Amino acid sequence: MAQNREFFYRRLHSLLGVIPVGLFLTQHLVVNHFATRGADAFNKAAAFMEQLPFRYFLEIFVIFLPLLFHAIYGLYIAFTAQNNVSRYGYFRNWMFMLQRLTGIITLIFVVWHVWETRVQAAFGVEVNYDMMANIVANPFMLAFYIVGIVSAVFHFANGLWSFFVSWGITVTPRSQQISTYVTMGIFVALSIVGIRAILAFV
Amino acid sequence: MSENRTIRIIVTRQDRPDTAPYEEEFVIPYRPNMNIISVLMEIRRNPVNAKGEKTTPVAWEMNCLEEVCGACSMVINGKPRQSCTALVDQLEQPIRLEPMRTFPVIRDLQVDRSRMFDSLKKVKAWIPIDGTYDLGPGPRMPERKRQWAYELSKCMTCGVCLEACPNVNSKSNFIGPAPLSQVRLFNAHPTGAMHKAERLEAIMGDGGLANCGNSQNCVQSCPKGIPLTTSIAALNRAATIQMFRNFFGSDEV
Repeated sequence: MAQNREFFYRRLHSLLGVIPVGLFLTQHLVVNHFATRGADAFNKAAAFMEQLPFRYFLEIFVIFLPLLFHAIYGLYIAFTAQNNVSRYGYFRNWMFMLQRLTGIITLIFVVWHVWETRVQAAFGVEVNYDMMANIVANPFMLAFYIVGIVSAVFHFANGLWSFFVSWGITVTPRSQQISTYVTMGIFVALSIVGIRAILAFV
Repeated sequence: MSENRTIRIIVTRQDRPDTAPYEEEFVIPYRPNMNIISVLMEIRRNPVNAKGEKTTPVAWEMNCLEEVCGACSMVINGKPRQSCTALVDQLEQPIRLEPMRTFPVIRDLQVDRSRMFDSLKKVKAWIPIDGTYDLGPGPRMPERKRQWAYELSKCMTCGVCLEACPNVNSKSNFIGPAPLSQVRLFNAHPTGAMHKAERLEAIMGDGGLANCGNSQNCVQSCPKGIPLTTSIAALNRAATIQMFRNFFGSDEV
């Protein structure tokens, strides 16, 4: 690694987590929410996404490359921290620890999820309502999916809070406090969207 | 009755920088209004541990005895703070004393805080006024701003914020909150601002500003109540602007 690149990598990590990865997560959960309107509605929405023009370009540059960088550099960040919530049980220190923990859970979940859906699709399996229904028919997998979704959403919402601090948008303690309320509101709202969507396959 | 009262202290000791730490318990007679320094002085006066064995006096650092020098910082009952202002009457017993392990331990409770002073050099935490001729008086600082800057100038490089920070450890090269806040202080000074970009470039290097993970333990732990996380966020904003200036170009050099 070249010298003096850390600042650039950290800022890139912060930016990519929101744009495009965070936006993609939101869009993905919203599209999945079509499942609450029945199998046909979901299949139609999934087919629309699948038939977007420049699909491979979009997948590589909006999803896979940013996600890969964010995940690998994020692992490095997570493992350079020495968590100390037992000594310093402050709210933000807990959020610091949870941000790293949910990041790792989300990475494990996403790797599994991509293998089970996108990679299988590349092997010729059709991605549709039945595919997901089969996966979550297993209660263990349903629990794994719910934990994965909640982790991903928390990591995004709390990451948004850090994004505002890291880029110098929220400077005062007051603005950071309000930002906590707003981002935790986003966490609750997106969690509801995500969990409603996954339960629609049961 | 009061003459029988005692104080129990458990000290994490270490004989040399490369030897393993061990715990030693002491019981000393109670006196009213003692602080941790006077407890350690009592142990030094009569270095006998709780088992009645003769031992070496506990090594620690101290200087001002009024919480302005930062030298006597140690971990007292799990929290890093100055031992001069840690009053025995306000502490739960047994009182546990440990060194701030974020720093290399020299002996017992004595640590080497050199990395903090090196960081201050790295970020140019001073105002250059020397020249080959008299440069005359600098621009005046508004009184309101002076009062604001005074809060930041209370930093005594004690190391408590580094000890509390989860991102300052042997696996990372993060310089920690204290020197960062000093950049904000010196960049706010009208003469210091002439070297603003240099200081920002220094903290935009490896182990600098971007390594902050926002656990905000520093601001909760600072004995001087310095708004460290506000400083870091303000520097984040300044660094964002500096980053765009560097890339897209600016006449504000």
